Amino acid sequence: MITAPPPVEVEKNYINAEHGLKSWLLTQDHKLIALLYLISVTAFFFIGGLFAVFIRLQLATPTGAMFDSNTYNKVFTMHGIIMVFFFLIPSIPATLGNFLIPLMVGAKDLAFPRINLLSWYIYIAGGLFTLWVLFNGGVDTGWTFYTPFSSSYSNGYVIAAGLGIFINGFSSILTGLNFIVTIHRMRAPGLTWFRLPLFVWAHYATSVIMILGTPVIAVTLFLLVLERGLHIGFFDPAYGGDPVLFQHLFWFYSHPAVYIMILPSMGVVSEVISTFCSKKPFGYTFIAFSSVAIAVFGFLVWGHHLFVSSQSVYAGMVFSVLSYIVAIPSAIKVFNWTATMYKGSVRLTTPMLYSLGFIGLFTIGGLTGLFLACLGMDVHLTDTYFVIAHFHYVMVGGAIMGYLAGVHFWWPKMFGRMYPEGWSKLSAVIIFVGFNLTFFPQFILGYMGMPRRYAAYPAEFQVLNVLSSAGASILGLGYLIPFVYLIWSLKYGKPAGPNPWGATGLEWQTASPPPTENFEITPVVTTEAYEYSTEEVVHVG
Amino acid sequence: MFFTPKGLSFFPESASTIASHVDALYAFLVLTSAFFSLLIAFLVVFFAIKYRKREAPQLPPDTNIAGHGGGLILEIVWTVIPLGLSMIMFVWGASIFFTESRPPADSMEIYVTGKQWMWKIQHMEGAREINELHIPVNRDIRLTMTSEDVIHDFFVPAFRTKADVLPGKYTTEWFRPTKVGQYHIFCAEYCGTKHSGMIGTVFVMDQNDYDAWLAAGSGEGSMAEQGQALFNQLGCGNCHPSVVNNNNGRCPNLHGLFGTTVDIKDQPSVRADESYIRESILYPDAKIVAGYENIMPTFKGLISEEGLLKLVEYIKSLGPTSGTPTGAAPGAVQTTGSEPQTPQQRRMSPQAVQPPTAR
Repeated sequence: MITAPPPVEVEKNYINAEHGLKSWLLTQDHKLIALLYLISVTAFFFIGGLFAVFIRLQLATPTGAMFDSNTYNKVFTMHGIIMVFFFLIPSIPATLGNFLIPLMVGAKDLAFPRINLLSWYIYIAGGLFTLWVLFNGGVDTGWTFYTPFSSSYSNGYVIAAGLGIFINGFSSILTGLNFIVTIHRMRAPGLTWFRLPLFVWAHYATSVIMILGTPVIAVTLFLLVLERGLHIGFFDPAYGGDPVLFQHLFWFYSHPAVYIMILPSMGVVSEVISTFCSKKPFGYTFIAFSSVAIAVFGFLVWGHHLFVSSQSVYAGMVFSVLSYIVAIPSAIKVFNWTATMYKGSVRLTTPMLYSLGFIGLFTIGGLTGLFLACLGMDVHLTDTYFVIAHFHYVMVGGAIMGYLAGVHFWWPKMFGRMYPEGWSKLSAVIIFVGFNLTFFPQFILGYMGMPRRYAAYPAEFQVLNVLSSAGASILGLGYLIPFVYLIWSLKYGKPAGPNPWGATGLEWQTASPPPTENFEITPVVTTEAYEYSTEEVVHVG
Repeated sequence: MFFTPKGLSFFPESASTIASHVDALYAFLVLTSAFFSLLIAFLVVFFAIKYRKREAPQLPPDTNIAGHGGGLILEIVWTVIPLGLSMIMFVWGASIFFTESRPPADSMEIYVTGKQWMWKIQHMEGAREINELHIPVNRDIRLTMTSEDVIHDFFVPAFRTKADVLPGKYTTEWFRPTKVGQYHIFCAEYCGTKHSGMIGTVFVMDQNDYDAWLAAGSGEGSMAEQGQALFNQLGCGNCHPSVVNNNNGRCPNLHGLFGTTVDIKDQPSVRADESYIRESILYPDAKIVAGYENIMPTFKGLISEEGLLKLVEYIKSLGPTSGTPTGAAPGAVQTTGSEPQTPQQRRMSPQAVQPPTAR
């Protein structure tokens, strides 16, 4: 029989503190706002996922089984826009980051609670714009909006889609701002920078990118809207513009945006691996500074998207070298995580399985990035399925595995209940297998020369495409299982207690779910992070 | 292993001089990646099994892989080794890229115009084709490309090369086919509704077959001849002299212009390449030749991209040089002719023009 620690069940917590829709929609509690985000990003994930299903159905046959090419173009565009801007970018920071950063630094809330709520409303407004586009016929530019196609030739709702992303960007900026100020100003007494959990370091680096990068994409899309709506020439040579300028501006944000997606996942993985090895992460400072290095160098590599765009050879070489340099901090992280397991006390819980899956898939995603950073190689591979496979390994294999690791790790903290361990491990395995079957064949397709964004393709590519579509059906199933058992666990899960994993971190020292004010007494930190002592009570293996 | 072995292969056909170099680099990258992926996977699985605990951890306080103080050495090792390997990748990739970016000076010239959603090809000798490209085997082929509308990308997987095709500027791409056969042309840059239909075929032929194919081509004369006809029709010759030493002082003489360096009023001097000529026809006030007045009207909207290429080819035929070297990505003669020449550009000695009516 399981007995929960006495006070948890009865005590007031942030969820039951107030009731009614109004208490949710007007809340300034970072934890409730995190839940609002959790619900909304999950909704967008499944909408974006539905489009992924459509893509894989279409590509099961060479002639395109489902849609004409015009519809297919809209399908992959909506998949990209929704997944990148409305799921991946906010996924971990706005949900787990929002929930955990104040808890991890021992604060009552983020620095600007009202701005935090505002950022959610901005996100919803941007999302509604995008859904409006979707229901009114969509947009067919691809998520990259390359000019002059987007500005002068597309027949979709480019302006509305651009404005949706423009608006959404402010949500990102405000979240980043809130995190930075919170991390600087609201740490508990004794919580020095090098006592911070690596999750917080990762979010600090992410926030820097959000603040510095997002305005650039906002301005770029605004220029696009001006050109399309008012024919002011920026990008279309017909109006005296330069189409490649758009690509520079676009990737100046959108490449660092990849690090917005992956850095928080790296933060999650650092926490999870440390906890389930009951060991301080190997090379704490190296992991922490590699996050910062990624954030800095990430801004200097955008030109590797333009190797065949008519960019000069010398610019290409500079961007190639810098792209290799930005890969090094990621490699350092992978080696450090692996070394952390050495002589650890390894427990293969669900979050740990997801994290180990992350290491494997992210390693492949990162290494295939080296192919694309390689000038002579990229000329052949760019704009083929190799690129699609590469960035799905990073963003789905990396970012989403990390997200699921984090959701499973902190779910007991957020809701005070455990989910069924058997089902959750099964889902982790299904997702890992389905993912590889979906995307590994795409590397081969890419080298064979299959271009991306093709609604139909020559018959010799079919076998690999069928494999990929088969994998996608397994992957889709894998994503539905957690959706079901996590909701189930809200009511029927075993009570978790404050620290079911035997983790260190301040968030585990308060109740699960935490009270509205997070801590009854402001904690005082006297040790470094990840000091696992044997006297700690540990449940759940 | 799979149900249709014929439908599954891991390498596309290799049909150009560069392809084997790219495949070798690819093999190196695959092996390096496989080694590190398997190493990490092995260590993770091994540690997970060896150190697996089901119960509460009871750890000695210090169980670092490196023991006391050894962490820094490990960190340096796994920083330096990947850095070294990646620099090998960089240098290897860059050297291939340099080759891909520098068309040999005596390349055979072919002009490509992309348009939603077709490829229009013009041969110097006058033959024209759509979505097909006939070329002789074992000849260096240089494509000068532009787009009438959006960005396209001319991609031939069997040649392992591609380059964007941009509106408003010329880009180049070159290859030397090594194997007679038929190969895919794909548009690799998303260009709208029928993007996936913007495909074609390269026919690599024996020189004899190619000559026969050319001979059966259009009866419209060579590109330069067609360009001359257009030149006369538009009345360009009323102002621009095109014979040697005939300078009227009003407009620059076009004879012997191509490939030379032109002094520009209030701007750095430029090289008279394809992009400069195109720009001068469409935007005559962008670069005024030093010593002349801004009196030329624009021809923007009056000449198609294909017509512009014919005019370029005609002006090229007036000498003295051809085969403009380019210093940019596989693709990329910059429209801004004001950029200083790259060392490659200077190194490439201009070759004698092939008379447009040679064949």
